[in-house]
Amino acid sequence: MSLLTDDQKMLQETAASFLREEGAISKQLRHWRDTGCTDGYGTALWKQFGDLGLTGICIPEDPGGLGLGALESALVLEEVGRNLTPSPFLASAVVGTRAIEGTAHADRWYPAILSGEAVLTLAVDENKRHAPLETALKAERRGNGFVLNGSKQFVVHGNSADMVVTAARTSGSPGQAEGLTLFAIPKGSAQVETASLVDSSKAARLVFEDVAVDSDAVIGEVDKGWSRLSRALDAGRAGAAAELVGVAAGATAMTLDYLRQRKQFGKTIGEFQALQHRAAHLYGEIEIARAAALKAAQLIDSGDEKAELHAAVAKAKAASVASLAVREGVQMHGGIGMTDEHDIGLFMKRSAVLGELFGDVYYHRNRVAELSGY
Amino acid sequence: MSDLDRFRAETREWLEANCPAEMRHPIRSEADLCWGGRNWAFQSDAQKRWLEVMADRGWTVPEWPKDYGGGGLTPVEGRVLKQEMARIGARSPLTSFGISMLGPALLKFGTEEQKRHYLPQIARGEIRWCQGYSEPGAGSDLAGLQTKAEDKGDHWLVNGQKVWTSYADKADWIFCLVRTSSESKQGGISFLLFDMLTPGVSTKPILLISGSSPFCETFFDDVKVPKGQIVGEVNRGWDVAKYLLGHEREMIAGMGLGSGIGTGGTSNTLGGWLTPADPMLRADIAAFDVDALAFAAMSERFAAMWKAGEAHPASPSMMKYAGTELNKQRMELVIAAGGSDALEWDSERSNNGKAPRDWLRSKGNSIEGGTSEIQLNIVAKHILGLPGA
Repeated sequence: MSLLTDDQKMLQETAASFLREEGAISKQLRHWRDTGCTDGYGTALWKQFGDLGLTGICIPEDPGGLGLGALESALVLEEVGRNLTPSPFLASAVVGTRAIEGTAHADRWYPAILSGEAVLTLAVDENKRHAPLETALKAERRGNGFVLNGSKQFVVHGNSADMVVTAARTSGSPGQAEGLTLFAIPKGSAQVETASLVDSSKAARLVFEDVAVDSDAVIGEVDKGWSRLSRALDAGRAGAAAELVGVAAGATAMTLDYLRQRKQFGKTIGEFQALQHRAAHLYGEIEIARAAALKAAQLIDSGDEKAELHAAVAKAKAASVASLAVREGVQMHGGIGMTDEHDIGLFMKRSAVLGELFGDVYYHRNRVAELSGY
Repeated sequence: MSDLDRFRAETREWLEANCPAEMRHPIRSEADLCWGGRNWAFQSDAQKRWLEVMADRGWTVPEWPKDYGGGGLTPVEGRVLKQEMARIGARSPLTSFGISMLGPALLKFGTEEQKRHYLPQIARGEIRWCQGYSEPGAGSDLAGLQTKAEDKGDHWLVNGQKVWTSYADKADWIFCLVRTSSESKQGGISFLLFDMLTPGVSTKPILLISGSSPFCETFFDDVKVPKGQIVGEVNRGWDVAKYLLGHEREMIAGMGLGSGIGTGGTSNTLGGWLTPADPMLRADIAAFDVDALAFAAMSERFAAMWKAGEAHPASPSMMKYAGTELNKQRMELVIAAGGSDALEWDSERSNNGKAPRDWLRSKGNSIEGGTSEIQLNIVAKHILGLPGA
């Protein structure tokens, strides 16, 4: 595994200081939560993402993007996770961008994504568990286009997104890869019901009742959408893994600070070996999860055939490590960790949502087994 | 053609001409290793020839200086050599604690005379070394060791006992931690080298739960050691020991490096035992494989960071802890997948007992070279900076 280049280190530092200052919990997450923001994030901050070029991190340089990849996205996402900064970076700049790459939709949407005016997201889940192969939302040919019927859920930022990349079945039956097609569904086409999630982010349930689209709404090829969908999902999984590493690292840094200052029995609780060993174990697990997330990103960028396996490894590992980090975090904070006033609980909430996104620990363990032939 | 390309081409050609066909298989078991030493019985002519031609070229220790029996290669050339050996499946010509442990310590702390005397013997596999660290009363608390070396003017007089000395019964020389002063715990330790044939040295193998005896008790009874055989300064042996323990931990950490169970890494150990129809076991193995592949990524990253000087100096402790715990878990799952077959002590069903023996042997992984608990202490203190750790 190669280490970061100087350019990558610079990007990491830029993202770290930007998100530490502008993306801080008090300025963003708590502010928008406590003012009842319907988008779940600040559009002014998203414009700042755009000013730094980050909205176009995965967009080629030709239309004006940074032309970078999954690895650079991961570096930014770890900082996003560390600060719990709400934004559509993962959904739009990483997943949405990847889902339309190389198509006419890219020409149509990239400029607005770059400027921060348009946000994209991906609609794939139809039930409470992630199962993309089971996609049942129907798209039937009618006239010059298609008519969509069915529903989606857990569409992050789906209530405010300008375009939803929607996985639908144009042929075959649930369980089959063949017959899946991706559609570009503009805002206002499907019925939107907003779901406020445990971490104060917003997701949508989308209901499609005879939603008619032209045939140019198809992204890529009809019936052959599975590989494009998988690539977008894997980019999302590797990205979510990196964000989870940030969540774990942020929660653990906060917990270590607490261990260093909280006094009981006349000494700082960080002196107790029972806590030291748990903290040291956690440190190692976070390092390992980070290595797994970066490895997946590197394999995605190099187009390696093992990218899918390693995206599953990264997502499963990072989700379980983040879960451990936030549980230990709340426990080691004691009573204060249970209060809304303290930030540690916010890490627990974010970890749960990211852990579920694009497949949970169990989904990805099963993927690892399947991809390994057992 | 760049210099490196030329080096690669020459290396490839040389290996092709000089690596015996029998040596072009990866090491399958302990029995395939070549340890060298005064009493070494080569398993084949090929094993002997392979050691000789590699030693002549300095390639048993490719990156040591030529003056000390090494190949004088740069790290980049060393990597090319490794790649070219791997390309034809060439096994390492020599396995030795002299190479992996004592050598690096001598290179850093030895006098010029010591380097010129001991290093070439190590490089040629002429002397097999063992390590005398732990004692019955000094395990995790290693610096509490009591084996005494008294200054008798022209020699040191050594009395005491070591334990967990790997292959002491087969070794020619020992590098040993001894107490030369009782005034300070860590500051009264010296790093001493001596011949195992010196009168007063005796060894007794320890039978492990796995049925093998890789370790010994080693006794010193009025052992006379010449004055010049201390490495580093008198009473400063702890510095040498700590440096060397770092190397040992890196080595042990590498044991967990193999990939997952179901992902092919240990499929031969599993020997077709895994029954995917058992959904609970499959789930545990899948969970393990996630951890194993993630740790493999960590190992790659750690190696790159360590080389570049970007790793925390205490990070080998984290690697040792994670790698050994993972390996124990691996063996638990392998033995579970093997069912009652895997419990047969010496039948073909258990790969001639390899399965149960490896499982039992793995329990020592998180004890030897510093227990998991000691590694966690080190991480808590040196990396996390927790108070009083």
